[in-house]
Amino acid sequence: MQEQISKIKEMTLQKIQEAKDSKLLNDVKVQILGKKGELTQVLRGMGALSPEERPKIGELVNNVRNEIESKIKEKEEEFKAKELQQKLEKETIDITLPSTKIKRGSKHPVNRVIEEIEDLFVSMGYDVVSGPELETDEFCFERLNLPKGHPARDMQDSFYITEEYLLRTQTSAVQARTMLAKGGKEPIRMICAGKTYRREDDATHSHQFGQVEGLVIDKKDKNVSLADLKGTLEVFVKKLIGKNCELRFRPSYFPFTEPSYEVDVSCFKCGGKGCNLCKQTGWIEVLGAGIVHPNVLKMNGYNPEEYGGFAFGTGLERLAMFKYGITDMRYLYTNDVRFLRQFDRKDEE
Amino acid sequence: MKLSTNFVKDYIDIDVDVETLAEDMTRVGNEYDSAEKLINATKLVIGQIKECKDHPDSDHLHLCKVDIGKEVLDIVCGAPNARVGIKVIVAQDGAELPGGTIKKGKIRGEESNGMMCSIAELGLESKFLTQVDKDGIAELGEDAVIGEDPIKYLGLDDEVIDFELTANRGDLLSILGMAQEIGAIYDKKPKEIEIKYTEEGEDVNNNFTVDVQTENCSLFLAKKVLNVTIKESPKFIKSRLIASGIRPINNVVDISNYVMLEVGQPLHFYDADRLGNKIVVRMAEKNEKLTTLDETERILGIEDIVIATDEKSIGLAGVMGGLDTEVEDTTKNIVIESAIFDSVKVRKTSNKILRSEASNRFEKGLDPKRTYMAIERACTLLEKYADATIVTGKVVYDTTNNEDKKVEVSYQNVNDVLGTTIPKEEILNVFRKLGFNYEAKKESVVVSVPSRRLDISIKEDLIEEVSRIYGVDNIEGKLPVVDMKQGSYDRTMREIRNKMISLGLNETLSYILINDKEVKKFTTDKFEELKLLDPITEDRNTLRYSMIPSLYKIYEYNKARNQNDVSIFEIGKGFYKKDNTYGEDNKLCCLMSGKYYLGLDNTKNVDFYIIKGVAEEVLNYLGYEGRYTFEVKGDLPEQMHPGQSAHINVNGSIVGIIGKIHPSIEKEDVFVLEINLDELFKKKVGKMKYKEISKFPGVKKDIAFIVDKTLSSREIQKAIKTGGGSLLKEIEAFDVYTGINIGIDKKSIAYSLNFEDSKKTLTDEEVNVVIDKIIETVSKKCGGELRK
Repeated sequence: MQEQISKIKEMTLQKIQEAKDSKLLNDVKVQILGKKGELTQVLRGMGALSPEERPKIGELVNNVRNEIESKIKEKEEEFKAKELQQKLEKETIDITLPSTKIKRGSKHPVNRVIEEIEDLFVSMGYDVVSGPELETDEFCFERLNLPKGHPARDMQDSFYITEEYLLRTQTSAVQARTMLAKGGKEPIRMICAGKTYRREDDATHSHQFGQVEGLVIDKKDKNVSLADLKGTLEVFVKKLIGKNCELRFRPSYFPFTEPSYEVDVSCFKCGGKGCNLCKQTGWIEVLGAGIVHPNVLKMNGYNPEEYGGFAFGTGLERLAMFKYGITDMRYLYTNDVRFLRQFDRKDEE
Repeated sequence: MKLSTNFVKDYIDIDVDVETLAEDMTRVGNEYDSAEKLINATKLVIGQIKECKDHPDSDHLHLCKVDIGKEVLDIVCGAPNARVGIKVIVAQDGAELPGGTIKKGKIRGEESNGMMCSIAELGLESKFLTQVDKDGIAELGEDAVIGEDPIKYLGLDDEVIDFELTANRGDLLSILGMAQEIGAIYDKKPKEIEIKYTEEGEDVNNNFTVDVQTENCSLFLAKKVLNVTIKESPKFIKSRLIASGIRPINNVVDISNYVMLEVGQPLHFYDADRLGNKIVVRMAEKNEKLTTLDETERILGIEDIVIATDEKSIGLAGVMGGLDTEVEDTTKNIVIESAIFDSVKVRKTSNKILRSEASNRFEKGLDPKRTYMAIERACTLLEKYADATIVTGKVVYDTTNNEDKKVEVSYQNVNDVLGTTIPKEEILNVFRKLGFNYEAKKESVVVSVPSRRLDISIKEDLIEEVSRIYGVDNIEGKLPVVDMKQGSYDRTMREIRNKMISLGLNETLSYILINDKEVKKFTTDKFEELKLLDPITEDRNTLRYSMIPSLYKIYEYNKARNQNDVSIFEIGKGFYKKDNTYGEDNKLCCLMSGKYYLGLDNTKNVDFYIIKGVAEEVLNYLGYEGRYTFEVKGDLPEQMHPGQSAHINVNGSIVGIIGKIHPSIEKEDVFVLEINLDELFKKKVGKMKYKEISKFPGVKKDIAFIVDKTLSSREIQKAIKTGGGSLLKEIEAFDVYTGINIGIDKKSIAYSLNFEDSKKTLTDEEVNVVIDKIIETVSKKCGGELRK
């Protein structure tokens, strides 16, 4: 009987060794260890043995069974690993092929600049406000100290749709609206960006363009001096154009401010030495600014003896052009998708 | 305003180079365009032709020997007027002229050591050149000194600054005003203008009258001069006119321009014999005709001020004289007009007719004192340079107030506005430098503002003067110390923008002005279109209502450049007049065409369901989930595909439109979407609130119905929802099938249903009861049968 057992063992181990896949291995398992398996049959035949032999043979059979089982398990593991490997190989793809993506979204450069400005001023406690683009002559001009026939209206040849209504030539129109809304009492810190329109169209002027306007009104002795304006615009320019920019205030004339200034920044391209961008002057004009004209305060409900203020404004297209190195203003309005798609990432801080 | 520095130096003694002067003027508010020499040429010298022979190998060249003082040069010259004895301008070897560098060399075998120049070759603008200047070499006068600088001899050794003055500084449109301003910068006092002439004969008032019939003329002065000799102007007048950009004509005309440049007051000279003995100033009659001195017949209107005789108009006040009374070469006697006309009226007329040096000055406003000064200065020069006899007296019509304005400002006020601590003495110093008289008090100063400074009338104007002359650069900037306050900002538009970008759309910026033919397209709304009174082009003559025409234009632009994958959006405005009120609404517009997904397998062209997805995404993001439908309500615009378009409705009212552009307009598949944001936001949205998540797992079931092909999925979904009751949480269609096996008029739609009970785990039996109910409802309401 011992002989028979060792024969089964040898034969089985060899079969396990030769099994080519997990199915054949399972066949072996059933054939030997199953209910009707050869080794099971041996155990069943133990009843014929003497009581002395029984434990010996029993132990032997168990040992053989254990050995076979562990071999089968070993082989099974081997097959599993192999199958997994095959699956992985089968599933391997060319990761260098293109990804699936939806088309790139992007934010227009002018709106990028607007958002940057709004964020800056909101952080300084300014309110972001807006106003109509189809304005009345009253708000666009008259309430800003530009009565009918005023020569400065020529500087901004306008698109009228009636005697009274026109497309606003400047975001300053929102100044008067804001002041009236505040009823001549409360202090104001506001910023307003939007579209404006003038009757001109050439390489450097678009009949539609963007402006941003800031207005601060407060009690006269409080923080509304030319020095405050200078300090505020320094923050603005350094954030929008560059930390190393210098500012130059040039006295100028706007009907809604007195004194009035045009503000130049040192040319960021040549550093002030003179180049084609700054037309060899070393300076680039970027802002108009000034102390709010007492007539404007008066006409919009603020007592100029008690209240004072400053205002500033600038064109958005130029800021966008400076910021992104855009060479022709017209690109901002032709909306070529190859242009638009370039503005698809976050701005550097 | 072109400033001749030679001219201004007659009145102010300065010694700075032209660039410094221009920069210093800029810093006080007078911007300039250019600052440069009138003539840019080097190594020029006055010479005299000593010998002039014909070139042996040429039919027009001459061989000249030219004495330039230190030596005699051999020069080959082609000018027809080259001859012995004349004094000429010699460009020596190495001379730089606007046309290039002169080098010595051989011309047809003969040595030439320079060039004799014409005036044209010096680089003067051609409007200043006569035919003689262009045709031959310049012939200088007998008084020209051999060996000296010919540019200086001609008075063209000038430096010119071209200022771009602000609209309020009319006083700077004059040499006297410029001298005053420059004097304030360098703390120098300008010189007085010379007025000196002798009057003769009977007073002009005895036989000449001025009748001003309109309030648009506040001051009118007339003087008569007799027996003028019309001839060429002296060199200094000519050269200064040229440097100032005005073409010299003859001594009389030149004097009127010279005085205008000097004093800032435009003058008009009439031929006295053709004028008669009366001048009338009145408004033109409607359609009155006048032939101006440019020989053009003008049709006038009631807004134009005219100068007239009793019979007819003879000039457009402040803008252009008439042909009939123009000063000609034969003119003997002259009436000089020096007047102030209403600046707005002159501006309107000059905008129609001609903008000139004179009209520009009238528009900016004039100083009555200068009006008097100018007529007397003209007499001074006419006597001196045109041999005129000045008739005694002048005719005066004057309603102006010549008194200096008094404006008071406190020193504290100055410093408050500027944010400075400028001491009293410094402030007073500014007014002194500007040539203002003042009375200094303890706390304030009362300034007598000269009448030339029309821009100063309130204390703020004086504060500006202090900041200009004290120097803005000397004012230190500081950050305002203000009360802490949070800035307010409605971020909605920005959020929508970011949402659209995250969906892969490119933001555009389009023009709001479109062609009036486009304005009623892509909408069925009733509104009055808004047309510009005076458009630049017909293509941009109307304010848009829908933004779709704007975005469609952008699509076409890109398509023309082979950019067919276009997914763009914009937030902008649409304008209208409804019920007699003007309005503008914020709109979100989106256009999609071509590929949306990119990559290997997922390349798919945009279809209705993609743009619908965009619309839903935005509406859901804004909080309208479950409140909107896409269905046709009433008429669709003609420009939209009737089978692939719908209105976007929120709570039952239309807020927008979505769909495909009609194939008769666009053969490519182009989809558009527009939502009127202002209409949308009228539907209020509640707060975002957390809803308890069911602790018990849901049961998912798929179910398909066969229905009529024309039945919309929305109808079936409605029925499913009714049948599903409260346990049915989600319905989503995931497959649509059509095929001969289910019937030609039928379609099958499969839905995935999700059931959930917040109180317990659902059993299959419970769900099956609900499903049976759903099948029953769909069958009853939609005639749909379960697909097995």
